[in-house]
Amino acid sequence: MIRRLLAVWHARNLEFLRDRGSLLFTLVLPLSIILGIGLIFGGPSRPLFTVGVLGGPAALAHNRFAHTRYVRFLPVASRQAGLRAVRRDQIALLLAPGPPLRFWVNTHSPKSYIVEKLLRAADPGAIQLAVSGRQIRYVDWLFPGILAMNMMFSCLFGVGYVVLRYRQSGFLKRLHATPLTAFEFLSAQVLSRLAIILMITAVLYTVVGAMLHFHDAGNLALLLLIAVLGALAMIALGLTVAARLASEELVNGLLNLLTWPMVMLSGAWFSLAGAPGWLRWIAAALPLTQLLHAARAVMLYGAGLGTIAPNLIYLAVMTLVFLGIGAASFKWRI
Amino acid sequence: MSLPILEVRDLVKRYPPITAVDGLSFQVLPGMCFGLLGPNGAGKTTTMEIMEGILAPSAGSVSYRGEALGERFREEAGILFQATALQHFLTVRQSLALFRGLYARGRDIDELLRLCSLEALAGRDNRKLSGGQRQRLLLAIALVNDPTVLFLDEPTTGLDPQARRNFWELVRSVKEQGKTIILTTHYMDEAELLCDQIAIVDHGRIVAQGEPRRLLREHFAAVLLEFPRAAFPPAARSLPLQLLETDERIEITTDDLDATLRTLIGAGVPLASLRMRPPNLEDLFLELTGHELRA
Repeated sequence: MIRRLLAVWHARNLEFLRDRGSLLFTLVLPLSIILGIGLIFGGPSRPLFTVGVLGGPAALAHNRFAHTRYVRFLPVASRQAGLRAVRRDQIALLLAPGPPLRFWVNTHSPKSYIVEKLLRAADPGAIQLAVSGRQIRYVDWLFPGILAMNMMFSCLFGVGYVVLRYRQSGFLKRLHATPLTAFEFLSAQVLSRLAIILMITAVLYTVVGAMLHFHDAGNLALLLLIAVLGALAMIALGLTVAARLASEELVNGLLNLLTWPMVMLSGAWFSLAGAPGWLRWIAAALPLTQLLHAARAVMLYGAGLGTIAPNLIYLAVMTLVFLGIGAASFKWRI
Repeated sequence: MSLPILEVRDLVKRYPPITAVDGLSFQVLPGMCFGLLGPNGAGKTTTMEIMEGILAPSAGSVSYRGEALGERFREEAGILFQATALQHFLTVRQSLALFRGLYARGRDIDELLRLCSLEALAGRDNRKLSGGQRQRLLLAIALVNDPTVLFLDEPTTGLDPQARRNFWELVRSVKEQGKTIILTTHYMDEAELLCDQIAIVDHGRIVAQGEPRRLLREHFAAVLLEFPRAAFPPAARSLPLQLLETDERIEITTDDLDATLRTLIGAGVPLASLRMRPPNLEDLFLELTGHELRA
């Protein structure tokens, strides 16, 4: 069994490396992420700061600080939400209009530092309050999301399309006439894509991490485990979609139907903490959400295996279920 | 007499409303080359795919060495489909290595390259092969597990005459190694050259089966006379002769050439455009099915 699996695995790797078109595409996406991040976060920042105001900017109207140029004032619903935004560096400062004016800052953020100086110049009487919990930059919070999202696209489209192409060309039918089993074939595809995606993600992690001066709070071995289980779950999902379909449009549609909710709901870009309960339930069922939750816990807060075990178990079970469904419903021919 | 290596019993395959295979039964003895002949759509490929174990029959069974098709069969069968797709971006040698890896036992890849005259092409991308070269690679892949039975589904369709001849030579050398071959073709010359036994299939049924020469002897007298249709007077068609009409020709088969020629001359049939030849499988097919091979 292992021998047959390795034969298919090796051939698939060779095919992938020689198919310059898809190889290029696989590299272009992460490269554009690197470039994009470099442009957005690497260059001189625009002189625009965002400040959250409890009770809305109107409550601040009489204060001189409210007339500072290049600062945008946003209403913040609750202190809790405001503090979360401060900790994640989504706003430079949280204000509670006084008198006396009270404020919270993220002591790790350069933006917060500057806005704090501006505030003290405008209102020397303002009182600073302590922010509890680990404070991070927004870009640190975003970083795991970008890695995971790139992983998701590569996993879902990378394997789904390959299997579909094999079926359409009749290559699968030829393999069917050999002792190869569906499970061996699918496992070889999974492992080939897994090796590729782990390498790409490792490069992204290193290069983008260095560009952002990202400091990983957690254990790298644990992070690797998360990446492996997350990628496996999403590859298995992609294979299940392609297990028996022969229509390119249908497979493309289904893969899009799976990826876009994950992009929107997994929390890669913004937190769903304030969303309605049913939406959070849907989000929690998505593999990307589970992957991201575990990755952020480890990368940002240095969580241990015990904390993220539920996420990992969910991903592992998902992989087995999808691979099982995929192998059982697998069709060799059109 | 040895036991059959493959036995097909009452095979039926329906694609409603069509019945592609309609109750086929035959046996293949070890070391024999068995030919399934028939026009396109006769049910040859469907029968082959059921025998290869990749298509389930609607009814009936196929057994290999007395057992249902299973793991042993998959390890010991070599298959060349009518149209086989290969994995892209692999060289000839790598394509062979992939399939070699799928079997527990098999032949050395260099030996296969030599056998199928592929040595010079070993490093070439499998998509950059000519029709004949590609077919030789597919044969090499079919031989990669040193199979006991070899299935060849229309192996020379689309090849030029030179490439066909080369391919036949290859198949004959494989046959000399004692392998059992199941071949489908709609080329009667191919069947006459390679097959020990043939079954002529039409509309999913076997219309005749046996040794090619014996079948010809059974169905035909020694000589076949052929006239262009235009050169044959319509009145002469009612002569008491064994006469067959096609779109272009009138064919007369006879045991007694002298008497037949006297009858024709007596009826005023001009003999200038007469052609005489021994009957071949194509004639047999025509005789049995009433229509020409729809190539």
